[in-house]
Amino acid sequence: MFGRIAQLLIKEFLQLKRDKSARFRLLIPPILQMLLFGYAATFEVFNVATAILDQDHTQESRALVAAFVHSSRFEVTTVAATRKEIENAVEVSNAQVAIVVPPGFSELLLKGQSAPIQVLVDGTNSNTALIALGYIGEIANSFGQAHALDLAQRSGRALGQPLVHVDVARRYWYNPNLNSRWFFVPGVIGTLVLVTIVNLTAFAIVREREVGTLEQLLVTPIRPVEFIIGKTLPFFFIGLVEVSIVAGVGMLWFKIPFVGNPFLLLAGTCLFLLGTLSIGLLISTICTTQQQAFASNFFVLNPMFILSGFSFPISSMPHVLQWLTLLDPLRYYLIIIRGTFLKGVGIDYLWPQMLALATIGLILLTLSVMRFRKSLD
Amino acid sequence: MMAAQSAPAIVVDKLGKRFGTFSALDAVSFDVRRGEIMGFLGPNGAGKSTLIRVLCGLLRPSSGRAVVSGIDITQDPEAVRKRIGYMSQKFSLYSDLSVVENLRFFGGIYGVCPGAINERIRFAVDMAGLQGRETSLVSTLAGGWKQRLALGCAILHKPDVLFLDEPTSGVDPSSRRRFWTLIHELSAGGVSVLVSTHYMDEAEYCMRIAMMAAGRLVALGTPRELRQQSIGGELLELECANIGAAMDLVAKIPGVHDVAVFGDALHLLVDDGAETARAACALLAEHGLPGASARQIAPSMEDMFVHLVRTARAQGAAAGT
Repeated sequence: MFGRIAQLLIKEFLQLKRDKSARFRLLIPPILQMLLFGYAATFEVFNVATAILDQDHTQESRALVAAFVHSSRFEVTTVAATRKEIENAVEVSNAQVAIVVPPGFSELLLKGQSAPIQVLVDGTNSNTALIALGYIGEIANSFGQAHALDLAQRSGRALGQPLVHVDVARRYWYNPNLNSRWFFVPGVIGTLVLVTIVNLTAFAIVREREVGTLEQLLVTPIRPVEFIIGKTLPFFFIGLVEVSIVAGVGMLWFKIPFVGNPFLLLAGTCLFLLGTLSIGLLISTICTTQQQAFASNFFVLNPMFILSGFSFPISSMPHVLQWLTLLDPLRYYLIIIRGTFLKGVGIDYLWPQMLALATIGLILLTLSVMRFRKSLD
Repeated sequence: MMAAQSAPAIVVDKLGKRFGTFSALDAVSFDVRRGEIMGFLGPNGAGKSTLIRVLCGLLRPSSGRAVVSGIDITQDPEAVRKRIGYMSQKFSLYSDLSVVENLRFFGGIYGVCPGAINERIRFAVDMAGLQGRETSLVSTLAGGWKQRLALGCAILHKPDVLFLDEPTSGVDPSSRRRFWTLIHELSAGGVSVLVSTHYMDEAEYCMRIAMMAAGRLVALGTPRELRQQSIGGELLELECANIGAAMDLVAKIPGVHDVAVFGDALHLLVDDGAETARAACALLAEHGLPGASARQIAPSMEDMFVHLVRTARAQGAAAGT
């Protein structure tokens, strides 16, 4: 038994060694995608195109405009002279945000009353819009506070109004600067490994079926289980190497902290790979050509990605979809990988995820082995 | 041990295989002796490949039983697989591995012991005439070489029985001849060979021939026996002018069952060769086609095959109504 599995392993690695493009495909795209995701996949908002219309033309209004200009969150692309111009800028998407300082702004401010400004936001990308709106509020608030403080100091509390000091002490755990890259990069590790391993496994077996070598093997004394082990074990090792490489890029290049137990992550990764290998095997049993496998992979992997909680919060999904996420191995792996990377939580917290991964993996494995045997007839 | 040696290498008894309502094999029975080369002939879809795939354990039979090398194929397929070699229609070795890597891989899968593997690889390389190309990638080999390498991979573990499913399709004639020489050498060494082909001339290389049509075995015997018996009459070769007109004329002669064009002559299937030969020449002369000559000939495999397939179809149609 072990002799035959060993022969298959030797063969797989010989083929891999000879396939120069495979080595490239295994190494370069995950690293490139890691870099791409690390930079591109972010919820943070910088350099929002902004149009400004100052109808007040006072020292105060200019100071407020300057506060926006100097913020890295906003980039003033249009300084409008009329109301029409500013609406136009938003309409043609020259600006995503428009800020209008109305006449009489400084007058109200100097009276110590609340001075409104008008903000127009292009809500097409609701996420960016909301975040930008938050920043505008923040900048306007701090401007108002600074001004009130200044006024109070100069007038020596002459106005007799106590300064309301609102101090919201916010402290974010695990990711103190709310750096969304910290959230995404560990997730990318799981996603990349899922896609790579499911594809590799499905294609490798379907290729043998397509070329006819599978049939040639089936007339040898090899058992289906030996074939499956010999065929999937290489991808298990490749999966572990991929996780290490991609995690290495995340930690060394993006400086994502790893505060947890690496062995816990290793254990979680092994369980996750069990599931992904089984999915690949399952796909290979329903496909006779590599084109079919390609189409099936696409059909399976995209929903797994969307339901995993990688970027869309599971708690915001409709209930039916929330239940569906429970079947998604990536969901559990993301919790494990984020938990070990950022929170450093232990097995006492992650065991339900481990158990879920192991259960899904074993069910999928049993199913795929049964289907594989059947597909031979 | 002696008993095992004299026992047939393959015993097939009323073997059937259905795919849904389609009967791919219908109660097929035959034996193959040790060291015998048994050829299976038949049109595409006759069930030759299905038969081989059932006997190799790639398909489960629907009915009947088969014993290969003394082992029932449904009871212990794994033990059967240790004693058989198989070459499929489609070339199916790893083209991104070298000649020796393929041999070593299949040798290992077949459980050839590490002490003997190098000697077996040497043997296979010599047999296939692949000396000097041991490290070449299989993808760089020409068709005939690939085919001999596939045979080499199939005999590494010294199987008792070899199953060859149209092994020579797509291979040039000289390579085919060389391949058949190898098969005869293996047979002389005691290996039984069950081979399917659709090349009629290759049937002559076989010791016995089984003809299949529509999932049934329609004839079985040595090439000589088949030529004599199965055609259902005697065969006349008629040489004459204006073959087209002559064909219509002679078809009407009583005792002529079939007329077919073979090159620039007609082949007539008749009850009595000598009598019909005289009648045909006379008839043609009467209709202004003098100088015809008819002589009795031994039927070729192709004659026999065409006749058998026609008969089987007629029987099938009769059974269908």
